[in-house]
Amino acid sequence: MPWQPACSLEALKARAVCNAQIRAFFLARSVLEVETPIMNASTATDPQLASIHALAEQTASPLYLHTSPEFPMKRLLAAGSGDIYQLCKTFRRAEQGTRHNPEFTMLEWYRLDFSLEDLMQEVADLALEVLKQPFEIEMLSYHEAFEHHLGINPFTVCIENLFDLCALHCAYSANDLSRDDALNLLLASCIEPKLGQDRMTFLHSYPASQASLAQVYEDGSGHRVAKRFELYMDGLELANGYQELTDPFEQRRRFIADNAERSALDLEQIPLDEYFLQALEHGMPACAGVALGVDRLLMVQARTKKISDVLAFPVDRI
Amino acid sequence: MATFSTNEFRSGLKVMLDGDPCSIIDNEFVKPGKGQAFNRVKLRNLKSGRVWERTFKSGESLEGADVMDFDMEYLYTDGEFWHFMMTDGSFEQHAADESAVADALKWMKEQDVYVVTLYNGAPLSVSAPNFVELEVVETDPGLKGDTAQGGSKPATLSTGAVVSVPLFIETGEVLKIDTRSGEYVSRAK
Repeated sequence: MPWQPACSLEALKARAVCNAQIRAFFLARSVLEVETPIMNASTATDPQLASIHALAEQTASPLYLHTSPEFPMKRLLAAGSGDIYQLCKTFRRAEQGTRHNPEFTMLEWYRLDFSLEDLMQEVADLALEVLKQPFEIEMLSYHEAFEHHLGINPFTVCIENLFDLCALHCAYSANDLSRDDALNLLLASCIEPKLGQDRMTFLHSYPASQASLAQVYEDGSGHRVAKRFELYMDGLELANGYQELTDPFEQRRRFIADNAERSALDLEQIPLDEYFLQALEHGMPACAGVALGVDRLLMVQARTKKISDVLAFPVDRI
Repeated sequence: MATFSTNEFRSGLKVMLDGDPCSIIDNEFVKPGKGQAFNRVKLRNLKSGRVWERTFKSGESLEGADVMDFDMEYLYTDGEFWHFMMTDGSFEQHAADESAVADALKWMKEQDVYVVTLYNGAPLSVSAPNFVELEVVETDPGLKGDTAQGGSKPATLSTGAVVSVPLFIETGEVLKIDTRSGEYVSRAK
């Protein structure tokens, strides 16, 4: 039980410098820093995200530590805040490993009238500012990544073929995965480790079924894809961005679909964030938004694969 | 037997997989940006000694294996079984077969203490301590004065194991051996 911090003093200093650079970056671009509650009455409905419950005896229903500050930040956007960013701690239950800590630092920002391409460029600018060294930028579609690394079209490949690949490459032989889960496992095992080698790789145009809170459209080949991207460096996922969904009816439909999937999986139901839905009904401006894992960025900077190398006290030292 | 969820998988945890007891070596949490999380797990099959890699959905669980390690004194062999006795004062005896003693056999000396792994109450494997002290029963005559020079020769130990030793070692000497590498360490003090 070591009482000492897990990371070096250099890593603590690098984090302090990084935080200052982030604030200077957004100050220069007139993006407003905001703070929203870490503890909320609602949380992400995504069945794959588990929120940590907060004890709050004075309220009838449980509160949650946020998995991202997305909903309250979007309420600010609807209220006319203009461009905003937030640098905060976020929490995800049971996400723990060499590259995950259940409590981590997130930088989330929203830009009005930005296209997804504009936002990817800004993410690259910010990362370069912190990393202080030039990197080539690579744009890779989800389709291209699967064609290149596994020789399959992720939109048309049959499920049996996906099961065979999971058994062959991922030591997963039970044929019980959904199509998206199988694609996810292959992405995480066979593709991610090869992305962003000596470059920044923006993986984009995810299948519509993996859209989460992004807008969906039909691409040139007739596949339904999401306006969503992820940034990879050194095989690490650093950021996840969307052309944000602003349609309150579609948003409510996705929340309800998530809760239906949750009940099928025997997971807790999440109360819908009616304040957020009201804000969408009032009207949220067209925008693109992104969440970036600051710890991961510091890992790339420090050239380490272990998140504990950039944290003072990871979960096994608290 | 209790069951263990993927987030409880720690190195050394004993679980049942495909009907065999296994020991967890490594457990890596894998999660693509969004979507289902997985755990990529490395396990050693305690029966075959083979290392397996398996991927589980996070939150899946495996049944614990009734596998426990005990210190036991090696008593004797009847040719078919190797007999051990618990060192906890119970004098309880266990008979290990050839597949259980396996590689430990060449380091086993009567009255020495070994770790015996019991699976459902029966010996599954025997492991020698990292270092053992054994007598040389046969080696070429030592070269007097030749202590600094390199060079080695084979020596047969009391258990029948043959190890490579420096030229100055004589028959009848007791040597300290590293059982993990099978290498000579020093003369026993």
